[in-house]
Amino acid sequence: MELKYLFKPSTMAVIGVSTSQDNHPANVIYTKNNLRYPVKTFPVNPKGGMLHREKLYRNIADIEESIDMAVIAVRAEFVPKVMEDCIQKGVKGAVIVSGGFAEAGNRALQQRLTDIARAAGFPFVGPNCLGIYAPDHVDTFFLPGERIIRPKKGNVGFISQSGGVLVDQMVKFAGQGIGVSLAVSIGNKAFIRETDMLDWFARDIETKVIAFYVEGFEKGEGRLFIQKAEQCGKPVVILKAGKSKKGREAVSSHTASLAGDYRVFSDIMKQHCVAEADNEYELTSFCEALSCFQKGIQGHIGVLSLSGGHGVIAVDACELHGMTVPRLDPGTMEAIRERVSPEIRNIISLGNPLDLTGSSVDNDIVTAATHLARDKGIECLLALLIPYSPGVSADIGAKLSQVARNEGKPMIAYVPNEEKYRIIIEGFELNDIPVASSVDGAVLMAKALKRCRPC
Amino acid sequence: MLKKKIKTLIEAHKDLGWVLEPSAKAIMKAQGLDIPEFVLTGSFEKAEKFLKKIKGPVVIKAVSKKILHKTEYQAVVTGITTSRHLKKEMERLQGLEGCEAVLVEEMVQGLEVIIGAKNDFQFGPVVVLGIGGTSVEIYNDTAIRMAPLKPGDVLSMVDSLKAKALLFGYRGRDGVNMEVLTDTLVRFSHLIMALEKDMDSLDLNPVICTKDRCIIADARIILKKEAHDGSQVYDATKI
Repeated sequence: MELKYLFKPSTMAVIGVSTSQDNHPANVIYTKNNLRYPVKTFPVNPKGGMLHREKLYRNIADIEESIDMAVIAVRAEFVPKVMEDCIQKGVKGAVIVSGGFAEAGNRALQQRLTDIARAAGFPFVGPNCLGIYAPDHVDTFFLPGERIIRPKKGNVGFISQSGGVLVDQMVKFAGQGIGVSLAVSIGNKAFIRETDMLDWFARDIETKVIAFYVEGFEKGEGRLFIQKAEQCGKPVVILKAGKSKKGREAVSSHTASLAGDYRVFSDIMKQHCVAEADNEYELTSFCEALSCFQKGIQGHIGVLSLSGGHGVIAVDACELHGMTVPRLDPGTMEAIRERVSPEIRNIISLGNPLDLTGSSVDNDIVTAATHLARDKGIECLLALLIPYSPGVSADIGAKLSQVARNEGKPMIAYVPNEEKYRIIIEGFELNDIPVASSVDGAVLMAKALKRCRPC
Repeated sequence: MLKKKIKTLIEAHKDLGWVLEPSAKAIMKAQGLDIPEFVLTGSFEKAEKFLKKIKGPVVIKAVSKKILHKTEYQAVVTGITTSRHLKKEMERLQGLEGCEAVLVEEMVQGLEVIIGAKNDFQFGPVVVLGIGGTSVEIYNDTAIRMAPLKPGDVLSMVDSLKAKALLFGYRGRDGVNMEVLTDTLVRFSHLIMALEKDMDSLDLNPVICTKDRCIIADARIILKKEAHDGSQVYDATKI
């Protein structure tokens, strides 16, 4: 099934545009795409009329050009007919924004949509969804542009069963400088489901990490999801909601009571190296880390800091999340001692965590990071850079990024998320080194790499 | 594909809704898993002969279609070493509701683990490994994986248990034979894949693990509630 026209349309019809309600979802979608996106957009309303001095088409069939994708935002009972019109016209896919289907108890109506679409090979997203956001391309979210914060174009593909969670996560991604390749709210997922999205992202060269917000799978669908996630070869992150649902646990066997629905879900994700995020913070951190590094680690971390306290906090957090902060090789310690400035040689704590103190300068930090990265026992470096001391320059982010690239080991930085330190943060981020805004956040990023360790 | 013998045993228990211990163990044996030496009998003489042959303690259990949870009916007696004790307890078990025969087995000592399976709605057959025998629900120290298992999955399951030290030998005690445990779990996982259409859940509890063997001391297979024609034939919660 070809989804290219659905996710990357050149032409789009918005069906259900109102002549009287400016806030109607179809109007918001039509206006923002017509004015601000390259996709060529056509408004449709069976009653015809004018909007913004432009003609509304009475039927999609009346549009002279061929249409790649249709956004359907009409009342639920009219959707099957509109969909048939789209199929007739040769449209290649749809986003059905309208609610009033399975979520409102109208399962039969939803099934009718699925049946029509399956028979015609007509893929659609929804119903009851926000649809698609492809940066610089198309945006079917019926939220006015001025109200939402959109992440820049990037390499994270994000799929959500909930539109609200999706929009909120977009804000968090934007705040952390995480870019998305495509974000899709799949709503009732009557046709396009998580497994279809895995197929799409596996082949999409713009996507390096695939993240999901999932409430539940259909019968046997979890197994298919796992198989596809394993085949796709890209890190997969998942946030599961509805963990506390007990299901039918009060039953006759020990096993059934031990293996509650969520335990099964969580253990299987671990078994197959799908990185399950415990909450939205982890989801954000995991996506940021994995958008920079796609190779997993066992969890042996080297901690570099300019303050003893930060080092200890990081070690505690590493342990809490199942990672180790191993002893350094004596050769590593010797190499660092020899090369740091004489002023700090006798005051640094040479070990893991490595505390270079507030008297260190850029060169000391670069030297220490280089030799930590060369230590065979260390798989990933946490650079806890508190930029308060006078010896740290604005170039430290860019300089340390080069160390990570030269040595070929993942590095994760912590820099306070303040405008004042933006140049340091960008020095890292523009060179593909993720930056956390807290020590814990940096540790969560390392955890992401551990979670997607190839089994 | 289900072996013919296994298929026949499963079919024979469809109406009951669960598979009685002797048949469940026969299924495990057909899959190449280890079960204790036993005699299934109504005769005290045969039981006594078995006790003498074994030369060690035996455990006896009532086999009854009315008794799904044997401990709740005191339908299991362990540590029998004398003919007198055997006679007294055997007579008592035979008086329990629906008792068809008594299962007399060699009693094995070792670390008790649970190996279980569940036919999960989202993921299909999954394997559970846990430590603790009858207390397993209290400790809830378990690992769950999707079947079929690869040997590496078994290692990661063991590794994720909090009490894994017990499996590797703790304070001078023998550890569990990991090769045998791995083989047991892998074979078991293939069995439950083959049973996907029939099984709801399955307990091998306890499985006694020693430095040489993993022996299934008790087995119970709960079959799916729905018959193939969709009618409700059994509700385990109502027993």
